[in-house]
Amino acid sequence: MSSEMRDKILEFIRDEYLDDEDQVIDEGTSLITSGIVDSFSMVSLKNFLEDEYKISLSDEEASAEAFNTLNSILKLVRTKLGSE
Amino acid sequence: MAYTDAVRSRFRKILEEVREAGLSKDERYIRSEQGVKIMVEYPRGSEPREVLNFCANNYLGLSSHPKVVEAAQTGLRERGYGMSSVRFICGTQDIHRDLERKMAEFLGKEDAILFASCFDANAAVFEVLFGEEDVIISDRLIHASLIDGIRLCSAKRDSYKNANMKHLERKLQLWKEKARHICIVTDGVFSMDGILAPLDEIAALAEEYGAIVLVDDSHATGFMGKTGRGVHEHCGVVDKIDIITTTLGKALGGASGGVIAGPKEVIEMMRNRGRPYLFSNSVPPPIVYGALEVIDLLNETTELRDRLEENAKRFRTSMAEAGFNLVPGETPIIPVMLGDAKLANDMARELLEKGIYVIGFSHPVVPMGKARIRVQLSAAHTNEDIDHAVAAFIEVGKKLEVID
Ligand SMILES: Cc1ncc(COP(=O)(O)O)c(C=O)c1O
Repeated sequence: MSSEMRDKILEFIRDEYLDDEDQVIDEGTSLITSGIVDSFSMVSLKNFLEDEYKISLSDEEASAEAFNTLNSILKLVRTKLGSE
Repeated sequence: MAYTDAVRSRFRKILEEVREAGLSKDERYIRSEQGVKIMVEYPRGSEPREVLNFCANNYLGLSSHPKVVEAAQTGLRERGYGMSSVRFICGTQDIHRDLERKMAEFLGKEDAILFASCFDANAAVFEVLFGEEDVIISDRLIHASLIDGIRLCSAKRDSYKNANMKHLERKLQLWKEKARHICIVTDGVFSMDGILAPLDEIAALAEEYGAIVLVDDSHATGFMGKTGRGVHEHCGVVDKIDIITTTLGKALGGASGGVIAGPKEVIEMMRNRGRPYLFSNSVPPPIVYGALEVIDLLNETTELRDRLEENAKRFRTSMAEAGFNLVPGETPIIPVMLGDAKLANDMARELLEKGIYVIGFSHPVVPMGKARIRVQLSAAHTNEDIDHAVAAFIEVGKKLEVID
């Protein structure tokens, strides 16, 4: 389950944000601070997580910190799933 | 007085960080009028010297054109210096409306409205037209003023990779059942790369999915397209772009002012509800006169935009032959790719020493590892100016081992 979730989100991020097929990203890659995802385009990641996992994220929850790495995103989604 | 030491030290710390990151905005004083040959005081306090300017948005060379200056002087004499009013109280002269009509006609739209700047036009347009039921899908490289404008509006937001039509189509599919209106937003020319938005493909997708298209053509109005109307003319879709925002502050004389052109209802909505329109002063009469003269000049002849096109070609060809890595394109914005931020800054500095004024751009303005020098051509550059610049690029490029 958890590696399935990881793969799915990673695939979305690759597809949604990367231009360069060869660019390597993993759980620890900083997405926001490196500029891969900016504060403006972050919203499509939020939409994706909400749709895919049937959760609802407030603006506070969908913060730049929470979205900065795949690890922090996984943590956020798991917390939400656990609490719903 | 609550500007305490704590407040002061917080601001100082931020400024310190900006300086340490090498991101301080270091303004250079120009001691002459704007043009191709300018007198620059740099470093600060040194004797001003003449350099060739390759970093202004003075695409048509009209910033200090005698006819434009004369028209502005006539405006000053006949209609005064300023309006001291917003448009709807007592800030509208007949000439403001004349300019709006002329801009609408020039851009091939039903009507147009003037703003103090294009930043203001972009801050106004979305909030007036769209609400929570709508979605705005924007290119990821749109100008900061469009981003701020979209942020001011309650519509849902999404974005697509720069000029990537497959990605845009996926977004349109995603939203087509979920929104009342879909608005696609893009720059006509992306000013850091000098590349065009594929407006023909965007227009076709918009038609298929029933979306409204808004283009900010600030870096194109006056010279892109056979008669200089903009990227919509260049791409053959003048009628298919719904709303155009643009500036008077670049090719069209370079003073200041912004324009929204589009369907007449849209323009009337702006006149009634556009906050930067309702709550900010009217464009001053000398500028209105100057802009009217510019549009007359451009309607008379395509000489200037033709010359600009040739200049851009000449520079691109010579630089590519010399072995520089350029972003290919059809615009007078020509990035010389260097990769490394320090190299870009060193090169720009050495070029200035040789009398060529260009600027290096690096992260965060452009992606990490994609530092560059952005060269902007003008119709006012002569062949000698261009050849001189290329020779300086070659000399400095060899010295810094950018080319062999
Ligand atoms: C694409 C784009 N839109 C808007 C603006 C802002 O125009 P103005 O200087 O009229 O506010 C600029 C200028 O930097 C621009 O490049």
